[in-house]
Amino acid sequence: MTAIRLQINGAAVADDVPPRLSLADFLRERRNLTGTHLGCEHGVCGACTLLVDGEPARSCLMLAVACDEREIRTIEGFAGDQVIEALRRNFHQHHALQCGYCTPAMLITARDLILRRRAGSERDIREGLAGNICRCTGYTNIVTAIAEAAKEFGKEPANA
Amino acid sequence: MPDEGFGVGASLLRREDDRHLHGRGQFVADIKLPGTIEVAFVRSPHAHARIIGISVPPEARGRVFTAADLPRVKPIRVVSHSSGAKSPPWPPLATDKVRYVGEAIAACVAPSRGEAEDLANAVAVDFEILDAVIDAPRDMRGSRHPVHEQWGDNLYIEHALENGDIDAAARSAGVTVTREFRMQRQSGAPLECRGVLACRDHRLDEVVLYTSTQTPHTVRVALAEILDLEERRIRVVAPDVGGGFGPKARLYPEEIILAALALELDHPVRWIEDRNEHLLTTAHTRDHHYKVSAYADRQGRILGVDAEITVDAGAYGLWPQGPYHEAGMVARALPGPYTIPNYRARHYTVATNKTPLGPYRGVGRPGACFVIERLVDEVARAVGREPNEVRALHLVRPEQMPFTTIGGMRLDSGDYAASVQLCAQLLDMPAIRARQQWAEPDGRRIGIGFATFAEQTAHGAAEFAARGASIIPGFESCTARILTDGSVVLMVGIQSHGQGLETALSQVAAEELGIDPVRISVRHGDTESTAFGFGTFASRSMVMSGGAVARASRMLRDKLCRIGAHLLQCDVAETRCAGGLVSGPQGSVTIAEIAKVAHLRMDGLPQGVDPLLDATATYEPAISTGVYSYATHGAVVAVDPETGFIELLDFAVAEDCGTMVNPMLVEGQIRGGVVQGIGTALYEEIPYDETGQPLAGTLADYLMPGAAELPAIKIGHLHTPTPHTEYGMKGMGEGGAVAPPAAIANAVRDALSAMGAEVNETPITPRRVMAAIRNAREVG
Repeated sequence: MTAIRLQINGAAVADDVPPRLSLADFLRERRNLTGTHLGCEHGVCGACTLLVDGEPARSCLMLAVACDEREIRTIEGFAGDQVIEALRRNFHQHHALQCGYCTPAMLITARDLILRRRAGSERDIREGLAGNICRCTGYTNIVTAIAEAAKEFGKEPANA
Repeated sequence: MPDEGFGVGASLLRREDDRHLHGRGQFVADIKLPGTIEVAFVRSPHAHARIIGISVPPEARGRVFTAADLPRVKPIRVVSHSSGAKSPPWPPLATDKVRYVGEAIAACVAPSRGEAEDLANAVAVDFEILDAVIDAPRDMRGSRHPVHEQWGDNLYIEHALENGDIDAAARSAGVTVTREFRMQRQSGAPLECRGVLACRDHRLDEVVLYTSTQTPHTVRVALAEILDLEERRIRVVAPDVGGGFGPKARLYPEEIILAALALELDHPVRWIEDRNEHLLTTAHTRDHHYKVSAYADRQGRILGVDAEITVDAGAYGLWPQGPYHEAGMVARALPGPYTIPNYRARHYTVATNKTPLGPYRGVGRPGACFVIERLVDEVARAVGREPNEVRALHLVRPEQMPFTTIGGMRLDSGDYAASVQLCAQLLDMPAIRARQQWAEPDGRRIGIGFATFAEQTAHGAAEFAARGASIIPGFESCTARILTDGSVVLMVGIQSHGQGLETALSQVAAEELGIDPVRISVRHGDTESTAFGFGTFASRSMVMSGGAVARASRMLRDKLCRIGAHLLQCDVAETRCAGGLVSGPQGSVTIAEIAKVAHLRMDGLPQGVDPLLDATATYEPAISTGVYSYATHGAVVAVDPETGFIELLDFAVAEDCGTMVNPMLVEGQIRGGVVQGIGTALYEEIPYDETGQPLAGTLADYLMPGAAELPAIKIGHLHTPTPHTEYGMKGMGEGGAVAPPAAIANAVRDALSAMGAEVNETPITPRRVMAAIRNAREVG
């Protein structure tokens, strides 16, 4: 067991974890943060995407012990975030989700694209989603929803 | 249709969305039960081997379970009433032999999955390796070590279908096109893998199974039989399911073993499939071989089709339908929606040392469509006409409806040729043909291709009986209940896993009861709260379950009106149920008030009317061979002849699924299906080597379409309600996945026509494109 201390969705957390425990399993099994989903556990499907120190990361490929002193943000931790709220509204409006399994990670990736000004064109958005697989929607409506949400933030830097 | 903005025909936004957008969905792996222990399976590393012995380290005793440790578990056995069908027993944990890589041999339990896997790695199995059967056409009549040795050969079933005089058609043909086609083996690959959580409820004396399935009721039927338990002692719950697409519409060994372990141990037990297990053990799909000839006259009119169809069905039959449905469906669908007069199909379903084959969106139809639509294009090429002209020559016409095809499909309604025209318009075909006159600056070749098909949907008992299935519950059920405050609960036997049925079924009840859908809950996927239903697959749930909801709602409406008439002191015939009210000539009463009378103030009930507002109805269309949606798909591609790389520039669907209950959901289903079909066409494949090892065990080897590879999918609608269902709706869940392989292959052929190259095998990978170009050069 290894002791770790980290921030999860703004709260300080300390725990003892086995060295081989992944960040995703740590969050899901020990913190009950089940909005982070596992689709492949080898870093391809993107369903486990969350933020580590503000950057999108695959939580299935990260070990919990590697997150000592780091800041984790999961889909459960975006209350009041304007970009996520715009994305949620537009995903709903444009039918951009079906089974919902890829959705939390899609939102987190999409938020990052908008904040990095990489959601300006359909091509940009499609390239930006290359690491997130959706098996249900065929992506058309996801791309539309992200494009519409991005418009709400105009040319000014979006407020994270 | 009367529309209050939320009934039949409204693009009502989904009630399912909110929980998923907040990460509050409840998938099997999200459910926590105190004291749960994890399960990992010891699986066969060999495709075909005899088990000589299984040795469990002494310290692992009591934590490793083989077949011998679970004597109550009987083999899975699919019964088929088709003549000559062979049905092998399938022990959920292997006993004497293993027959595919990934077959379960033992279950190991530990506090965490990692420790359970450590335990599985410590179990040693001695194998005597046998020759693997991996080539279905070659080995169907026999092999050195047959998959099921008592058979002698490797055939589950063979069958022939003949209508008209194919030999006469062959003799009179001016043009003969003969081709071999191949649709490779693939996975359905929902983003959520399978998973099972099982526990014992001592208070209710039952075992509870949470499982990621499309068919909770039939899973319970099978568990009762295999575990020899009364059904009342089993509850099966399908919570949120992260995509199904067919593979989750079957019973799996893990469901049986987890239920047995829950009975054996005093802890909840959980097994969450990982992606490697999914690619090895969840039903595979497609894997068809075809040898086909089309006979045509010099105008391109097809006089007859002669087909030999071989389906590589893997090692066992998945319950309940086994391996038998696939080839038969291919054979019937292969002549497409055409007025072809002569047809012969011989089909073979072959046992091999591969993962069992199961349903996946479209089942046999993508293969059938691929074959006939490639043939139509080749016939057109042979007689020098546009393929769509040749399509129009013999597509069934509206005035011929109902029309039974030479393959035996009874098409009920629609204007098929109009879908071809609409699709060509959506792609601006004249502009593509004009573009093709000029060389592309990057050296790529542009092509356009189409494919038209009829989609059998919402088939019921007659269809399943014709397939020789042992159970044929074609109907669906709904219990509609109005509670004391006038809010409504619909309890339905289907399962919704992305289709939006919680929304769409509430719209049907809203239509009938005049109650806002926000006042209506839909409960599904739980044997505890719902009457028996077959489940969600085969493009059936909106027609079947929607029909049951409509009927149950009408029964409640009648009762609301009777009570309302009494309260309003008017005649029942004068009442109307709308806007949350029952209204008469002189006034109205709210449904909430009526509900209160029906439950809490019986002194307001008219004489002869019982308390409660609770109705159960079943539904199946009178025509239970299916109602037919149809569509034409079109693709525009750019093919790089130097690399074989294909870019999909445009894709359009022109479809007719009759009345759309929720057009937004319909379009979502179409787009999702199309992209899965594009996966079949261009990317997805599980190859096997000659020892029977599958070569795609991760998503790095198994390629699924991503956003960056795809264009936006265009959709156009035609509207021909079917006379056979409630509201005229037809099923449409699978159609999107049916035609993309055919349309894209035709587009690639069009692009490479000057080079004489064609690719008749999916997925159309760069390697296969380059081989086709090389082959054409050598021949040419």
